[in-house]
Amino acid sequence: MTSSESYTIGLAGNPNVGKSTVFNALTGMKQHTGNWTGKTVSTAFGKYAFNGNMYTLVDLPGIYSLDADSPEEEIAGDYLLTGGADAVIVVCDATCLERNLNLLFQIMEITPNTVLCLNLIDEAKKKNIKIDINKLEEILHIPVVPCCARNKKGLHNLAKATEKICKEKNTTKFKIQFPDCIEKIINKIISSFPKTDYLSRYDALEIIKKSTPENLENYSPKVKAALKELYAEIDTSPLELIKSSYILTAEKIAEKILTLEENYNKSDRILDKYLTGKYTSLPIMLALLFLVLWITVSGANYPSQLIYNGLFKIEDYLTEFFIFNNLPSWLHGVLVLGVYRVLAWVVSVMLPPMAIFFPLFTLLEDFGYLPRVAFNLDNNFEKSGSSGKQALTMCMGLGCNAVGVTECRIINSPRERIIAILTNNFMPCNGRFPTLIAITAMFFGGMALTAPWDGLFSAVVLSIVIVSGVIITFIMSKILSKTMLKGIPSSFALEMPPYRPPQIGRVIVRSIFDRTLFVLGRAVVVAAPAGLIIWIMANVHVGENTILAICADFLNPFASLFGMDGIILLAFILGFPANEIVVPIMIMAYTGCGALIDYESLESLKTLFVNCGWTIQTAVSVLIFTLCHWPCSTTCLTVKKETGSFKWTLLSFLLPTVSGFILCFIVNIIFKLAALI
Amino acid sequence: MNNIPLSKISKDECGIIRNIYCDETLKTRLFDLGLIEGTKIKCVNIAMGKSPLAFDIRGTIVALRKSDCQKIFAELI
Repeated sequence: MTSSESYTIGLAGNPNVGKSTVFNALTGMKQHTGNWTGKTVSTAFGKYAFNGNMYTLVDLPGIYSLDADSPEEEIAGDYLLTGGADAVIVVCDATCLERNLNLLFQIMEITPNTVLCLNLIDEAKKKNIKIDINKLEEILHIPVVPCCARNKKGLHNLAKATEKICKEKNTTKFKIQFPDCIEKIINKIISSFPKTDYLSRYDALEIIKKSTPENLENYSPKVKAALKELYAEIDTSPLELIKSSYILTAEKIAEKILTLEENYNKSDRILDKYLTGKYTSLPIMLALLFLVLWITVSGANYPSQLIYNGLFKIEDYLTEFFIFNNLPSWLHGVLVLGVYRVLAWVVSVMLPPMAIFFPLFTLLEDFGYLPRVAFNLDNNFEKSGSSGKQALTMCMGLGCNAVGVTECRIINSPRERIIAILTNNFMPCNGRFPTLIAITAMFFGGMALTAPWDGLFSAVVLSIVIVSGVIITFIMSKILSKTMLKGIPSSFALEMPPYRPPQIGRVIVRSIFDRTLFVLGRAVVVAAPAGLIIWIMANVHVGENTILAICADFLNPFASLFGMDGIILLAFILGFPANEIVVPIMIMAYTGCGALIDYESLESLKTLFVNCGWTIQTAVSVLIFTLCHWPCSTTCLTVKKETGSFKWTLLSFLLPTVSGFILCFIVNIIFKLAALI
Repeated sequence: MNNIPLSKISKDECGIIRNIYCDETLKTRLFDLGLIEGTKIKCVNIAMGKSPLAFDIRGTIVALRKSDCQKIFAELI
């Protein structure tokens, strides 16, 4: 065994070819993966050991080429160009190899050590795509490793091939043959530079690509002369010639090594026929949304109750412990009635719906459905002056708005990106789901109906809320693109990845650990101190009343304009750190006993709310306000980070807030008028 | 001349790209997706409202907006 060495390996490839899966399989890490373009918006690092050597793997964002025109291409391009890696593994999708070769050639121009990883080889086999791997190796002069990262097949060979080229160095010899006119100029430019200031073939290519007939004055006389000679010879742009050479070379190689059957992706087209068809796409989309919500709502009910009962049993023990040890009652109040009860509520109300919703959502994501949603809705986005990719960021927003805002990086046009960021909050995130579910279940759900129909009805109401969120997003995007963010919709090319059978077991494990526990953990971290503060507010008296009551009274006249009361508004304000705690705060304030009551069922909760003056109208207003109010603190910070502008952050705060107030005001008036008739 | 803009193509029709008159950004993007003059494409889907259109380009499916398709011309085959 040789002495231990350490190497750095870049992992590059087109979007959605399974780079993150290869990364996870090699390093044993758990980067989130998804079947849509642009999942990895920044780089991730991981380590693995092979044959006693250490390898640092750098997972680069998926790119189509090295010519930066989006942030992720810049990140990946910069990394590859600065030569930080000992070798680069280019991951290609074996089911669409020809197009993937395009990027491989560009990377081979700049990195001396390249390995080609043919991922998804099992999918290719299923589609009867035959790839002559030996011949491909022969043509490219680089190791070509077929692999199926999802099933961890071929990884040993990949690590072995990588080790070999790390040791041998400068293994990549293959160069693209450009048209003679370009080759001639490349040589002229390289020779015009002094030997001490060596210019690579790639740099010369870059000079040619970036030049235009108008900017020739910026170059040194020799380069200028060479470029002039080029422009005299060609009638298209040199960029076009260079890129075409990549594509045509890929085409020629594909002809030699690929055998496809005529209808190899027939099953995908059949699925597309329904999932994106003219008449079927919209009903299927709505049905899927409804189905996911229905399963979530009805499935979560029973476990919620179970967890709640369990946690409250523990509370009894805690109380006994406090009494037994003669601890002061205020300490019991702060810790048990304040912190613990709010935590118990958040966990029991949030955990079951999330543990159902996230896996279902991840299944759809894995399957490749999300880009189809973008396809179906793009026409509406274009009419609203924004990007179809906004549909993807909105889907992410359903999970967590902060994540949705970050994902807006996949939108290339800065104008459309800002629109997507500002409107993301109109998608109710999972932190707001408990409020929506609780309110719909109490006031629109099952009291009158029996199971399983109660869940069905709340799912309908929830679907309406989410669809309203989508419609409001369209309207707001349109308003923004006609006022503050004027401009025409930019061009848009979205790749629709092949459908892939989701791996159900892995999806469940991954979505529970990566998403559910992450979101829950964050909620708990926020809810604990919030429980403390709220308990203090509800128990410290100033004069006759508690601080909470004083604040609520103060807000009351304002809140009643919008069909709510002071406590509701206060609950939303105190819920700024996390939307999950809005309902617990309301309960705490309504019970007036300064702590959350033991809630036995939603029915007892409803009685409490109704006794405090809630009507159907209050419920409608709260639903609207839950959908449209300020983003949580995390989302605000993310907007600031992503836009770097205080103005946009403020607007992202004001836009949903103001529209929420306006909508609630209108609803209030309508109900008042209806009462008069 | 039977060159038509891609926006006029019907579902399941095939064509060979003859001219691309898009702005530079989209043109570069299309090149990266493997679409150049001479490339064979097939329209596999058209969304509600006639936009976007989905094309099979070298084995991958790419969606383009109708407004962009108006600037790309193909010869039907």
